[in-house]
Amino acid sequence: MSHITLQRGLAIALTSGLLLLVFELVRRKRLSERYAILWLLAAVTLFVLAVWKGLLTSLASDVGISYPPSLLFVVAIGLIAMILLNFSLAVSRLSDQNKILAQRLGLLQQRVERSEALANRLAPDDGRASADDAESEQAQPVATEKLSSGR
Amino acid sequence: MRRNLAIVPAFNEADSVAQTVVAIHQHAPGFDVLVVDDGSLDATAERAAQAGAEVLRMPFNLGIGGAMQGGYMYALDHGYEIAVQVDGDGQHDPHHIADLLQALHSDPELNMVTGSRFLSASGDGFQSSAARRAGIRIFSMVVSRITGQRVTDPTSGFRMTNRRGIELFAHDYPHDYPEVEAILLMHAHRLRSCEIPVVMRPRLTGVSAISSTQSVYYMVKVLLAVFVGLFRRRPTLEPNDRPAVLAESAT
Repeated sequence: MSHITLQRGLAIALTSGLLLLVFELVRRKRLSERYAILWLLAAVTLFVLAVWKGLLTSLASDVGISYPPSLLFVVAIGLIAMILLNFSLAVSRLSDQNKILAQRLGLLQQRVERSEALANRLAPDDGRASADDAESEQAQPVATEKLSSGR
Repeated sequence: MRRNLAIVPAFNEADSVAQTVVAIHQHAPGFDVLVVDDGSLDATAERAAQAGAEVLRMPFNLGIGGAMQGGYMYALDHGYEIAVQVDGDGQHDPHHIADLLQALHSDPELNMVTGSRFLSASGDGFQSSAARRAGIRIFSMVVSRITGQRVTDPTSGFRMTNRRGIELFAHDYPHDYPEVEAILLMHAHRLRSCEIPVVMRPRLTGVSAISSTQSVYYMVKVLLAVFVGLFRRRPTLEPNDRPAVLAESAT
């Protein structure tokens, strides 16, 4: 009996730790509510199952699982799979948005360089135009460097 | 301003891109040339600009799909009527641009013409490895079955589209390994395409975007996309429709 109590104690400690961690991350705005909801759902579900021993046992016998903690694992794995799928969706959406941003940035940059070249040709003696140009010439390598170091 | 645009996607092809640009100017004088520098780390963009091309620089490597879509967005923004993709590595012979254009003009119903390696009776020139041909044959069978017309070279990137095709591809273009899916996308939007024979050359520089280890991923990814695509309803995109890109409709 004592080792089961140890298991329950461990389960309660782990799930309450997870709950606190998620709460703290949201409080510090490191984790946005949007992604925290699934984590909170998972942590609360597991916490309830860990604390309320009768529930886990009766649920386990209902579905024919003779060793109740196994049900805890089943539920945990199901919730984690849901969270992971949710993340894959988020990553897909972000990479789509990222691609569109990169394309738009490229198109805008081409347009800017085009109009600067045109402005320069129309008014080559204009001090302001050439100052702008020098600025952009300088800005160019810095931006490229930043991006390539980010790879 | 010209109405025709040659889009040259290039990734680290500083040694060959200028040659490609010059060859297009020489053999297809009716075409403006846009080089899409897909985040190259070498002097691809500078060489292309020196050779007289417009250059669209991607801030990082998007892959061929994202780069080409950028090119189609440029074509859409600048009002081009015709866009042809010519690879920057020298595989696509700009001589054939005139053939593609003639084929596209020969039938007003046509929206896209693809240059196929496997239609020419002689079968000479660059044909790629046996394994790759086997892969292409599988795609060819699948795509021919779905579209109900014979498609011999579904992986060929040497293709020309009219304004409808530009509008479609600027709004919706597959991510990586886009060629096979692009044919099916056209078909789903009830646009017509056909093939004409071309001879492709061995690449001048660089390596294929698809290494042998990646080819398994290529096959699986494209077949998955094709299969899932069969269950996707894509209403015909009209010019004023909302883009079909998922990201723009996500909340």
